[in-house]
Amino acid sequence: MRMDLIQPFINAADAVLAQTLQAPTTVGEVSMEEEAYRTKGIAALVRVAGDIEGRVIFDLEPATARGVASRLTGDEATDAAMVPEAICELANQVIGNAVTVLNDQGFHFKVMPPEIHAAECGAQNTEDTEALVMSFETVTGTVFMNIAMRHNRRRKGEGLAAD
Amino acid sequence: MEQFAPIVRSKDMRPVRYLVVDDSIFARKNLARMIESFGGQVAGEAGDGCTAITEYSRTQPDIVLMDITMPQMEGIEAAERIVRQAPDARIVMVSSVGYQENIIAALQKGARHFVQKPVKAEVLYEVVKYVLGDAATLGAEATPAGAIQ
Repeated sequence: MRMDLIQPFINAADAVLAQTLQAPTTVGEVSMEEEAYRTKGIAALVRVAGDIEGRVIFDLEPATARGVASRLTGDEATDAAMVPEAICELANQVIGNAVTVLNDQGFHFKVMPPEIHAAECGAQNTEDTEALVMSFETVTGTVFMNIAMRHNRRRKGEGLAAD
Repeated sequence: MEQFAPIVRSKDMRPVRYLVVDDSIFARKNLARMIESFGGQVAGEAGDGCTAITEYSRTQPDIVLMDITMPQMEGIEAAERIVRQAPDARIVMVSSVGYQENIIAALQKGARHFVQKPVKAEVLYEVVKYVLGDAATLGAEATPAGAIQ
């Protein structure tokens, strides 16, 4: 896995979480996985396609997800239906910020709308896209980010329009 | 949320009316909270570019906050169509995808400014003031109930 493709997502997650939760975050455990992903609670999956293809999953235990949603809305009693919406928007913001950096580096790709998963999600990782799993310790609990991404050599030079 | 000196319309000192366009209900609610803290009023909401165009015609807002990546019709195309119909439309793009090509495309299609998500209320406040220009002014801050005047 190319770290130059992954690093913008890590930086964006760190920055967006710190800003939206208005508290510093720390990077926790990092590991590589080749198994299909099983969610811990509420997970938002965002796929990307183009010069880079793969997916990023943001996964939070239900209590953490509620805490994040409350922080984001500034409302302790956040409507339960808004919690997945909040996690999707958080994922969107992280991916959008990472895409901005990668696009300015010359990578062009399209970002799909986030999908919410509450059970095992995602296809088995392909042979050359093992997933990097990392956690961010935040004031509301642990946020897990699972990234499986690869450089799509076939697309090079095709000039795919960026989203 | 921090309270700001209210931005009001110069012509009648009424609250500025906003059209909020984003496919995320959560993002719309968040922007609505900020608008409230600016002393503004949400005139309408839309979750995609097509609805944004019809809502613009229906509500005639003072300013539009428009996401870029949305289903059916994306924000840049919707901005272009709105500006074609209403050249004075004031549209601020609000998106997490802030690379140069996107910003330039939006400005070329008629958007007045760009704010990257996650949105900081103080940044959006300054952008709204800038984009409204002479059409808006700062109103008197509301007096808390029970305060001695």
